[in-house]
Amino acid sequence: MDIIVNGERQVVKTATNVQQLLDIIGVEAIRVVVELNRDILPRNGFTETSLKDGDLLEVIQFVGGG
Amino acid sequence: MAGGKIWMPAEKPESDYFSKGEIVMDDLVIAGRCFTSRLMVGTGKFASNEAMVAAMEGSGSEIVTVALRRVDIDNPQDSLLHHIDLERFLLLPNTSGARDAEEAIRLARIARAAGCEPWIKLEVTPDPYYLLPDPIETLKAAEVLVKEGFIVLPYINADPVLAKRLQEVGTATVMPLGSPIGTNKGIRTRDNIAIIIEQAIVPVVVDAGLGAPSHAAEAMEMGADAVLVNTALAVARNPGAMAAAFRKGVEAGREAYLAGLGKQQDKAEASSPLTGFLHV
Repeated sequence: MDIIVNGERQVVKTATNVQQLLDIIGVEAIRVVVELNRDILPRNGFTETSLKDGDLLEVIQFVGGG
Repeated sequence: MAGGKIWMPAEKPESDYFSKGEIVMDDLVIAGRCFTSRLMVGTGKFASNEAMVAAMEGSGSEIVTVALRRVDIDNPQDSLLHHIDLERFLLLPNTSGARDAEEAIRLARIARAAGCEPWIKLEVTPDPYYLLPDPIETLKAAEVLVKEGFIVLPYINADPVLAKRLQEVGTATVMPLGSPIGTNKGIRTRDNIAIIIEQAIVPVVVDAGLGAPSHAAEAMEMGADAVLVNTALAVARNPGAMAAAFRKGVEAGREAYLAGLGKQQDKAEASSPLTGFLHV
């Protein structure tokens, strides 16, 4: 199925959960915030939240800034 | 002066430095939280994480700003937070990149979801050329974020009326710019910052454009409560040493402010006695 992650189309297996997606991308869950369809997803919901076709995800982290 | 600490009487800064009884620390207090350092540093634009850490160490700061951006899916970077000791530094996320109130509010909520304390440096800069903050959107966002329990530190142009309006909605500080972000031009908004300081009921943090320790000292001599510096440190040949220089500038400026600066005047006034010359 297709999802959009940070503006880019990604193809993932059906029923992939958010934690699995982060593992595929290679980011530590503890260091990022995930928005699913514009709503912030609590970190303790990453494993139980399965992605659906067309989902819109933002994976955000802290970077240097003034 | 170890730890950037300055001693002052319990009374107003104007009171006699030596004649008052109780001596207390002249801490910076924001939203009830005390800080020894009056220098905040940004973490952007450093050539390496090592340079950033050197600047954080050299500055003696206790508050560091960070930004929020999308993870590069194709090339995820090492997390910035691996390099910042959160036991020592209060993380102050900014809303940089926000072009309106809605985007700024969204970023603030994301920052809080990241597990940060609810402190937010509110920045709304729709104009990419001068990065000047949008006063109307900033005020709108501040109102919402204060109601949501955020401790809001808004970045603003040096507009005394806006500063007042923001304080009325409950911001924890106001952060007027000295000159546009990253310009290193120093304090070009001096007269308006002076009015903001005179009228402020919350700490005034001069942010943006401070390119040299003398600029930071100038802000502190004027009575600013703190300054925020990033570019000047990041672009220095030696960021750690430059941060230490800024630290001294901030301390010197604060001490001078507390000690009481002389007034400027047009006519000369002799420092030496005007009588008893040899030729008289």
